Amino acid sequence: MNAPDLRLSRRLVLATGGALVVSFALFPNAFAQDAGAKPPGDLAKFPMLDSWIAIDAHGAITVFTGKAELGQGIKTALIQCAAEELDVDPSAITLVTADTERTPNEKYTAGSHSMQDSGTAILNAAAQVRAILIDLAAKRLNIPVEQLHAKGGSIVADDGRSVAYKDLISGRELHRTAQAKPSLKNPKDYRVVGKKFSRVDIPGKLTGKPSYVQDLRPERMLHARVVRPPSYGAKLTDIDIAAVERLPGVVKVVRDGSFLAVATQEEFQAISAMNALADAAKWDETAQLPKQADIYAYLRKLPSQDTTILERGNAGESGARSIRATYHRPYQMHGSIGPSCAVAKYEANKLTVWTHSQGVYPLRDSLAKMLKMPTKQIHCIHVEGSGCYGHNAADDVAADAALIARAVPGRPVRVQWMREQEHGWEPFGPAMLSDIYGAVDAGGKIVAWQYDVWSNTHSMRPGGPGNLLAGQYVAQPFTPDAPKPIPMPEGGGDRNAIPIYSAPNIRVISHFIPQMPLRVSALRGLGAYHNVFAVESFMDELATAAKADPVQFRLRHLDDPRARDVINKAAEEFGWGLKEKLARGHGHGFAFARYKNLAAYCAIALELTVEHETGVIQLGRVVAAVDSGQAVNPDGIRNQIEGAIVQSASWTMLEHVTFNARDITSRDWSSYPILRFPALPVSVDVHVIDRPGQPFLGTGEAGQGPMAAAIANGVAHATGVRIRALPLSPANVKAAIGI
Amino acid sequence: MTVLTVNGKEHSINGDPNTPLLYVLRNDLKLNGAKFGCGLGQCGACTVLVDHQPVYSCLLPISVLEGRQITTLEGLGKNGEPSPLQRAFIEEQAAQCGYCIPGMIMRAQGLLNRKAAPSDAEIRAYMQPNLCRCGTHMRILRAIRRAVKDMRTARAEPVR
Amino acid sequence: MVWRILIGVIVVIAVAFGTFYAWAWRGEIPPLQAHDASSFDPSIVARGAQLAAVASCDVCHTKAGGKPYAGGYPVKTPFGTIYGPNVTPDRETGIGTWSAVAFRRAMREGVTRKGQHLYPAFPYDHFTYATDSDINAIYAFIMTREPVRQANRPPDIVFPLNIRLFAAGWKLLFLHRGPYRNEADKDDSWARGAYLTVSLGHCGACHTPRNKFGVEEQNRAFDGGEGEGWRAPPLNENSRAPVPWTADAMFNYLRHGYDTVHGHTAGPMANVAHNLSKASEKDVRAIATYVTSLSGARAGAANPESIKTAVTAASKLTAPAYGGTPAHQTTGSAAGKDSLGAKIFTGACVTCHHSGGGLPVSRPIDLGLSTVINEDDPTNLLHIILTGIHPLPGRAGRIMPGFEGALTDAQVVALADYLRTRFSHRPHWNTVAGALAKIRHQRQTAATEAPQ
Ligand code: FES
Ligand code: FES
Repeated sequence: MNAPDLRLSRRLVLATGGALVVSFALFPNAFAQDAGAKPPGDLAKFPMLDSWIAIDAHGAITVFTGKAELGQGIKTALIQCAAEELDVDPSAITLVTADTERTPNEKYTAGSHSMQDSGTAILNAAAQVRAILIDLAAKRLNIPVEQLHAKGGSIVADDGRSVAYKDLISGRELHRTAQAKPSLKNPKDYRVVGKKFSRVDIPGKLTGKPSYVQDLRPERMLHARVVRPPSYGAKLTDIDIAAVERLPGVVKVVRDGSFLAVATQEEFQAISAMNALADAAKWDETAQLPKQADIYAYLRKLPSQDTTILERGNAGESGARSIRATYHRPYQMHGSIGPSCAVAKYEANKLTVWTHSQGVYPLRDSLAKMLKMPTKQIHCIHVEGSGCYGHNAADDVAADAALIARAVPGRPVRVQWMREQEHGWEPFGPAMLSDIYGAVDAGGKIVAWQYDVWSNTHSMRPGGPGNLLAGQYVAQPFTPDAPKPIPMPEGGGDRNAIPIYSAPNIRVISHFIPQMPLRVSALRGLGAYHNVFAVESFMDELATAAKADPVQFRLRHLDDPRARDVINKAAEEFGWGLKEKLARGHGHGFAFARYKNLAAYCAIALELTVEHETGVIQLGRVVAAVDSGQAVNPDGIRNQIEGAIVQSASWTMLEHVTFNARDITSRDWSSYPILRFPALPVSVDVHVIDRPGQPFLGTGEAGQGPMAAAIANGVAHATGVRIRALPLSPANVKAAIGI
Repeated sequence: MTVLTVNGKEHSINGDPNTPLLYVLRNDLKLNGAKFGCGLGQCGACTVLVDHQPVYSCLLPISVLEGRQITTLEGLGKNGEPSPLQRAFIEEQAAQCGYCIPGMIMRAQGLLNRKAAPSDAEIRAYMQPNLCRCGTHMRILRAIRRAVKDMRTARAEPVR
Repeated sequence: MVWRILIGVIVVIAVAFGTFYAWAWRGEIPPLQAHDASSFDPSIVARGAQLAAVASCDVCHTKAGGKPYAGGYPVKTPFGTIYGPNVTPDRETGIGTWSAVAFRRAMREGVTRKGQHLYPAFPYDHFTYATDSDINAIYAFIMTREPVRQANRPPDIVFPLNIRLFAAGWKLLFLHRGPYRNEADKDDSWARGAYLTVSLGHCGACHTPRNKFGVEEQNRAFDGGEGEGWRAPPLNENSRAPVPWTADAMFNYLRHGYDTVHGHTAGPMANVAHNLSKASEKDVRAIATYVTSLSGARAGAANPESIKTAVTAASKLTAPAYGGTPAHQTTGSAAGKDSLGAKIFTGACVTCHHSGGGLPVSRPIDLGLSTVINEDDPTNLLHIILTGIHPLPGRAGRIMPGFEGALTDAQVVALADYLRTRFSHRPHWNTVAGALAKIRHQRQTAATEAPQ
């Protein structure tokens, strides 16, 4: 497919007619849009069909998406969508992902939106392109459209005649505005969508083909490393650069205020020179971090902006039994296995950045502001990196690369962060806490529910240039944007704070805390990880109070048939309720959520044991059921959910960022351990409920919350002790269950 | 000058003999398999085989590697075909972002070189040094088990 | 060696067999009809948990990946392998039928409830000094654990030592019976520490050398011994720690497995420290006070000033800066900048063991402060080079990768020689190659276990 070869992107731009068309296809004719009905997905924002699909004179089909491959398999699913409606073999399609000069500005690849936004757009655009091709063929062959259908790259007539797509396209036939309601194929006739289809990127990655931004190696490339300050906000007061400039291979030491970096011929020289710089640098350190042990009390005391996001009846109502509880979730990190990396080149007043940012367009805009360059002089191209799971340091390193590249014009510069930089400087997932009050009546129904959640922002993406780390340290520094909450219905810290279950009296309040003691931003699932952990743990607490089975108790409060199906499927495949008497230390846990209350549904049932003497949790079987609407690539969905289950198990059982009065002390895998093979579940089975013809529902983040709560519920079942603070580390579990 | 034998071919490397193998593989020999993950021997992303045993290439200067057989991901297959282990990883779709996978494959190959049919517990124990953040572990285990099975049925020689 | 022991034991038996048999005979103590875990006072159980941690009971009574206290851990002795028995209160396979009387007898005399003599791999020669109330607390803790049905594995001991009565012979000759008598002229913490060190802590089991009968040489107490193939360094004035131990440093080391001028625990000591993190803080302080006092004059001389001087002296032997070449010492020597060891060190070790404070990774201590490099025997250093240092699964803690597969024997030897010359003032080791061969051999026998 489109391997991130530097030459390739150039060649494509010049050689394929389709790509040339795109540059103006991206700007829709303002009058063409019929105000009322909008086409689905991001086709609404970019209604010109040729901004999504181009067919050149040789029949080469290029599909454009503003979304990026993050390891979630999106490229494959989008190709499947296009191939399906275009009726061509998927191998005939070249997909171009996020590129500020070539693809629609679909902002960020985040929030499990890609299939909803881009998948829907491409599916619909492809269907309309097929209709246009049929129209053209009808004219060419002089046959009514009813007697024509698309097949394998041609339009075929019932009488056997056919015309290849390439012969139907001579110019700008696809430069048309999308219709609101194109006629899509009947899902029954799908050949590619919903079928087993291998990921296009996997063979290359597994055989050593260049696949990542880390693998870019353009001619005359320099290697660079950045020296980050010892703690947040430290100022570089003094440094002897000359000594470092004499080290082997050093081409340039770049200093701009407190931004310090070095570019060299060879990569290891850059690392050595970086260390020499770090040893020589004198800093003025001012950071004062709160006491880690008191972090939740500290956050609770900070000023907050409070929004009641749901209120009905009297949430303080009492019932036959009532419970009050507080749940905590610590700072946790993305911890990408490959530290963030970018390649940048500055030449003839133009800056090109190859980046694994989740949002090449927003990045371009912030870079423009940071460098005081016109936006059109900056070109950001997405190339895959190591999986990011949200806003990690991808944008920051792109800014680093841009600053260094500007100092060595004409030479591409590759910058990769060191492990300790990634750990210490990435924006973490925020620590959170919530208070819940709930009451059940004598009949075992929830009568009251009150939920208060406290959280920092979950998005400090660029944004203004102050959101880029380097932007905060240059001689004329930029301040980060004022943090803002993400509004409902998606929410940020309050994502999934509204329970999906019915309760007559309910109040949910979101306490948004603007002040950030630690650098934070979007981590997979945002607030949903914490809120689902809290809500689903609490559902089990209420079920116990109501003497009800946890699964039955959930179903009792759910009307949505798809939610019920997912729960029933997971319970059935797991064999829920068949157990009754478990040995000491053994437990079963169940949890469910619909991500954001509007994306994929996911239920998880699992078994585990808690080793009483050590507090170590060992996961047994894990069974999940998921409904992502129309499943484009079922194995891709399974892969995502399996990954979410294992990653969330790691977060939930092990992870918390540590810090002292001045600095982050989780600096490597020694000080921030994550799950290793021996701690894996015995098995993970994911069952996909396909919903042919239904809208795509984002899946990427659907598993994080349910897995956390399923573990917590399993631990409570196994030990009789409810633990409400994460992580459920051996030490914390042991402390809770006692001797 | 340091002479390295990588994937059966000799390469003369000019430059600092203290340079860890990882950078030489990636930059001088343009081999992409081994990845930088931590540079500290904590994650296994840089794993390659030296004399058929897995090592962290991020912490091994080339000066100590003369005369030893270095195998990278690129050297596993034959005639442009992926090796049985690589094939098993592809069949099981054992990757998300895939960044950790070359190291996983190399480590697993190191295990199979030692023991043709390891138990599940042995596989888990042996793979312990390698980290994956995407949570692809269950597929990685499936892929290794599949390779064990495939190689047994095909009576294939373990690939070095 | 076995033959010499054999002859010794046979002679003894021949002389006094009759008397001995009468002496050695131990009757069965009646089984408990039932025991009720809830009958134990929770505060005594809690105390027992802390004391069991001091005694590190779980180490020898838990096999890798097995249930705690359910046994199966292989204790390798020169006479064969003994497997720690199941001490959970399971009635069939554990000690669920043992009364407190039987438990105390086992701890003091090394005899099972039924009267069978236990091998001295079980350190009853130390536990014999423990007080009744401490043993009772451990009993309460053990009897409130989860019963696990797991059959005991018989020992693989060479004939005729596999006849249990030989254990009785050993005791007749070598076992001193407690209780322990405190020395009155020391402060309380020291006295408590002395008691715990000698009794439940059984520190001497590893840190005191043993004679050919496997008996601790009391005249060389704490002069350094062996445990699981690692050297247990001397705790007395022969300690090679570059900086004298203080009670505070010792407390950090024992309690947290790390001290800023002594570094990390490794090998079997890592388990001890993990256990001591669960013991009573006061008890760990007491042990630290006592153990530190063992180094006599050195400990006496340890004051902030002398510590500072020692630290400065030791860290003068600093590693080169990252990426640089090691400082030139004597050309041609093991530490010369062109030596093989220097090259390996610069390429492989400096990433973490460099001088200068630039990198904020969890940095190791300056190697000049390292005890393993200053010890008389290179075994521990070789263990660490080959297998690294690893925290317990899922716990934060230093990771050092092992270089087992990466370095050849000649390279390991060169590296060890380099480290010795570069980072200590002690004489050259002549035993590196031999010690290395021994460890490699041990490692090979466990071929499929995860190399680190
Ligand atoms: S990069 Fe070598 S172990 Fe992490
Ligand atoms: S697949 Fe992404 S880190 Fe393993």
